[in-house]
Parts: sequence; structure tokens; C-alpha cells
Amino acid sequence: MRERLRSRHLVTHVLLMAGALLMVSPFVWQFLTSLKTLGESTRIPPTVLPSSPEWGNYSAFFDVVPVGSMAVNSVLALVLRVAGQLLVASLAAYVFARLRFRFRGPLLAGFLVVLMVPPQLFVIPQYEVIRAMGWLNSVQALALPGMFSAFGVFVLYQFMRTLPPELDEAARMDGANPLQIYLRIILPLCRPALAALTILTSLFSWNDLLWPLIVNTVPDRMTLPVGLATLQGAQGTDYPVLMAGSLLTILPMVLVFVLLQKQFIRGIAMSGIKA
Amino acid sequence: MRPNRYPDNAWAAILLAVPFGGLVIFYLWPLLRTVLLSFSEGTAFTGYTITGFENWRQLFENGDDVWRALLNTLVYAAIVLLGVPIAMVIAALLHQRGLGGRSFYRTLYFVPVVTMPVAVAMVWRYIYNGDFGLLNEVLDAVGGPTRAWVADPDTALYAVAVVGIWMALGTNLIILAAGLESVPPSLEEAAMLDGAGPVRRFFSVTVPLLTPSIFLVSVLSVIGSLQMFDLLFIMLGRTNPALADSRTIVYLFYEEAFVRNDRPLGAVIALVTLVVTLAVTAVQFRLQRRWVTYA
Repeated sequence: MRERLRSRHLVTHVLLMAGALLMVSPFVWQFLTSLKTLGESTRIPPTVLPSSPEWGNYSAFFDVVPVGSMAVNSVLALVLRVAGQLLVASLAAYVFARLRFRFRGPLLAGFLVVLMVPPQLFVIPQYEVIRAMGWLNSVQALALPGMFSAFGVFVLYQFMRTLPPELDEAARMDGANPLQIYLRIILPLCRPALAALTILTSLFSWNDLLWPLIVNTVPDRMTLPVGLATLQGAQGTDYPVLMAGSLLTILPMVLVFVLLQKQFIRGIAMSGIKA
Repeated sequence: MRPNRYPDNAWAAILLAVPFGGLVIFYLWPLLRTVLLSFSEGTAFTGYTITGFENWRQLFENGDDVWRALLNTLVYAAIVLLGVPIAMVIAALLHQRGLGGRSFYRTLYFVPVVTMPVAVAMVWRYIYNGDFGLLNEVLDAVGGPTRAWVADPDTALYAVAVVGIWMALGTNLIILAAGLESVPPSLEEAAMLDGAGPVRRFFSVTVPLLTPSIFLVSVLSVIGSLQMFDLLFIMLGRTNPALADSRTIVYLFYEEAFVRNDRPLGAVIALVTLVVTLAVTAVQFRLQRRWVTYA
């Protein structure tokens, strides 16, 4: 019986390994290409290994587009959006999940409606609002609409509803007001949900293309994805530099994922959302 | 004295002020504004005036671009949906008792989910290249067909959809794996004692019990596919000969609203996506009764 189990697992391992290799092969190819010369990258038939690694492709990426400021923009937008989203979403979720007030139903419906509508329906007027405020080509332009997304409210609302109502009642007996209950009791209990939301929002923010492409059009105000897209437009055929640049931009999120794998996976499972 | 039904009105108003204000400015007002724009004419410089149904009439009389993009998007969504059965097989393989290296595999399958679509699209564009792409080289070695996959209108959309499957596999896998966790192992064991082999057990025990998760994954997959933009934007550059035949609805939205700056037409396209998204999701929920079983 043991022997049979093991041999059955052998077939499973072969299948899973073959699949896994298919999954990661584009990244392997990306890395190998990033070390080739331009000539090697367009050779027919392709060479697998670079004759001598061209690390210069990585620095070339920095010479073509203002990568430094783009990276700073990406990071600042991410931090601002995540911080704003956590604050805004946890406040709204707390009010809807724990307080009793007039118009709770219609107000909550306002958030849920937004959740069901595809993002393009908001984009044109959002752009007009940002432009009217004179904030085109700024960090706040990148972060603002996403901070108020209904998605975060929904995730935290679902979580807060599962906390026992006795928590609030006991605190009220002791004379705490709703703001104190939110800060001292509910928020600390929401740590797993807040962590999941942080991870998902970071991922959206770091990888997003459409919105940053529209609002920040000056090169040193762009985010990394937009910068990469521009780079491809400018030198669409310098594959080694493109591969080096694209590898550098995906590395931070992959590292964070490897370190926080459990939280990532719980976040995806919890929200059931496509990243 | 009767207890107050709404003891927290004041606090709710204070705490909701910022979140709800943001919702109104960045979501609710834009929603209304987009609807109004779709009935308007004008440009950013002249301002917009409401003129009635002209844009909508245009859509039905000569909106071939929009219908083509819509069809492309639905085809794309249908192909990416094929990733769900693939994810089911992998989830079932991973779920076997006593299997080692589970988290190792899970990590590898999940990596594409966390990588930037713009970046991986570049890699795939290079792999798909007709002259020196890796795919053609591999296919050539095994005697398969070779071509310029993303520059050929016959294959571009499908080539992008394959990447869509690849990117979504990890997400599908996580949700299905969570569903499998809740399937009681006693059922599998009972089937095993009755002499059912692994394939039989997969179709007769695992799949029926997993239908709620399969349904969730399918709905999310389609909603995500209807939003496809990044992959196409990068894999098919502006000068690509296949672009005109392969545009998705969000791509067309971007092009009309922000490249050609025809905001009213952009608003019409955005509303078309809303209608289609709601319709497709409603159809899925209706069909659900036929095949989803809740234990």
C-alpha cells in the first residue's frame, strides 16, 4: 500500500512539476534575455545562454527613462493609497457594521452599487475632478480615487460583522464613545483583514496601468508600469534592456509575496478578487 | 420610555463624512456624470451640452468598432474561462493526502498573479515574436505551426488570452483549493473503498462538491476578463497590424476617451461595458441553478 501511494505521488509530482515549469519559464527566459547582447536576443535560432552576461542592460534601463523618479512615484502612490484606503475603509466599515443610525441601508447601498460597476464608468469624470483641482501629474492624482474605493469598505465590513456585538455593548457600559470603540477595540481585532487589504491594495497600486497612464503624462511623474510602457514605445526592439527593466519592476512585489505568502493567499481567498 | 432606534446618528455622520464625501466626489458623481456625458456633445475646451440620444443612435447605426470590441472581449473572456478546469485539475492534484512540496508548487503557480501585467506582457510579446520568438522555435522543433502570433489578426487575441489564462491560474487555484479544504475527506475515502480510481473520484466526488467554488471562480474570471486592457496595450503596440481586429472594449474606451479625446463616445462605451457585465453575470447566476449544488 505504501509503495503504491508513493508511486501514485510520483506521477502527481511529474505532472505538477511540468506545469510549474511552464508557469515559470517566461521568467527564466526574461532573466536569460536580460543578460544577452542585442544581437544575441534576436538570433535565429535563439541562443539559450548569453555568451557573457551583459549586466550593463540593467544600468541601460536607468539611462533611457527616469527610473529613479518613477520608482519614487510608484512607492509614494502606493503608500498614500494604502494608508488612505485603510483609514477611509475601516471608518466606513465600522460605522456600517457596528452603529445604528438613520439611512444606514441607503448609504450602504451607495457603496455596494459602486462595487458592482466597472471602473471605466468613473474614469472620465475622475480625470475631470483631478484636473479641476490642478492635480494632474502629481502623487495625489495617482492615489486619490483608489483611496475611496468601495472594495476596501466591503472587505472590512464583512469582517467586522463577524465580531460579537457584546464587545461594543460592554465598552459602552464603561462609557466609551463610538470613536474610542473603533480605535481601541474594533481596529485591533481587524488586524488580519487590514493586513489582507494592505496587500491587495498594494498589489493593485503597484501594477495599475490605465489610471496612472491617464493622469500622469510627464515622464518624471509617471509610475513604473507607465514608464515601462513608454520605454517599449521608444525602443520596442531593444529586448535585453526591456527584459532587464521589466524584471526589476516585478521584483519588489515578488519578494514581498515570497516573504508574506500566507497573507497574500489569505487575502485572495478572503476577497475572492482577481488581482 | 421607548429606546432610541437610532442612538448613533451624530457619530455616524461624523465618522462617515470623509468616506462618504470621497465616494460622492470620486464615484457617485462620476457615475451620474458619465451617464450625462453619453447624452452630450462637445469637447473639453467648449464644454459639454446635453443634446439627446445622438451618441446612442450613432452607436446602433455605425458602431461597428464597439460591437467588434465587444465580441473580442467576450471571446477573450470565454477562452480565459478554460483556465478554470485547468486550475481544478491542479487543485485536485495538490490536494492529495500526504503529498509533499505543496507550498513549493503553490508558490510557483502563484507568481504570475503578483507580477505586473505590463512587465509580463513584454516578456510574452518577445516570446511570441514571429522572427526570433521562443515559441516559434519550440513549435518548429516539434513540427508545429509557426507564425507572428501577436501581429496576425487571426491569432493575436487568442495569443493574448493564453497569457490571460496563465496570469489567472494562481488566483483560480487559491479559491478552488480553499473550496477543496471544506470537502470532507470521508467522502473521498468512501469512494476509494468502493474501488473508484482517482479519475472517477475527481469527477464523481470532488467536482460535484466543488461546484460553489467553481461558480465563484467562473464569475470572477469573466468579470476580470471583461476588464482586460494592460496585456493588449503592451503586447499589441499602437502600430500593430492586428490591433484593429483585436481591440477589447476597455482598450477602445481608452483610445476614444483619452487618445482621440471623444469623451461622450467614451462614456457611451463605458455604459455598454456596464450593461454587458451585468448581463453576463446575470446569465451566469441563472445558469448556476442547473449545475451548482450547495451541500
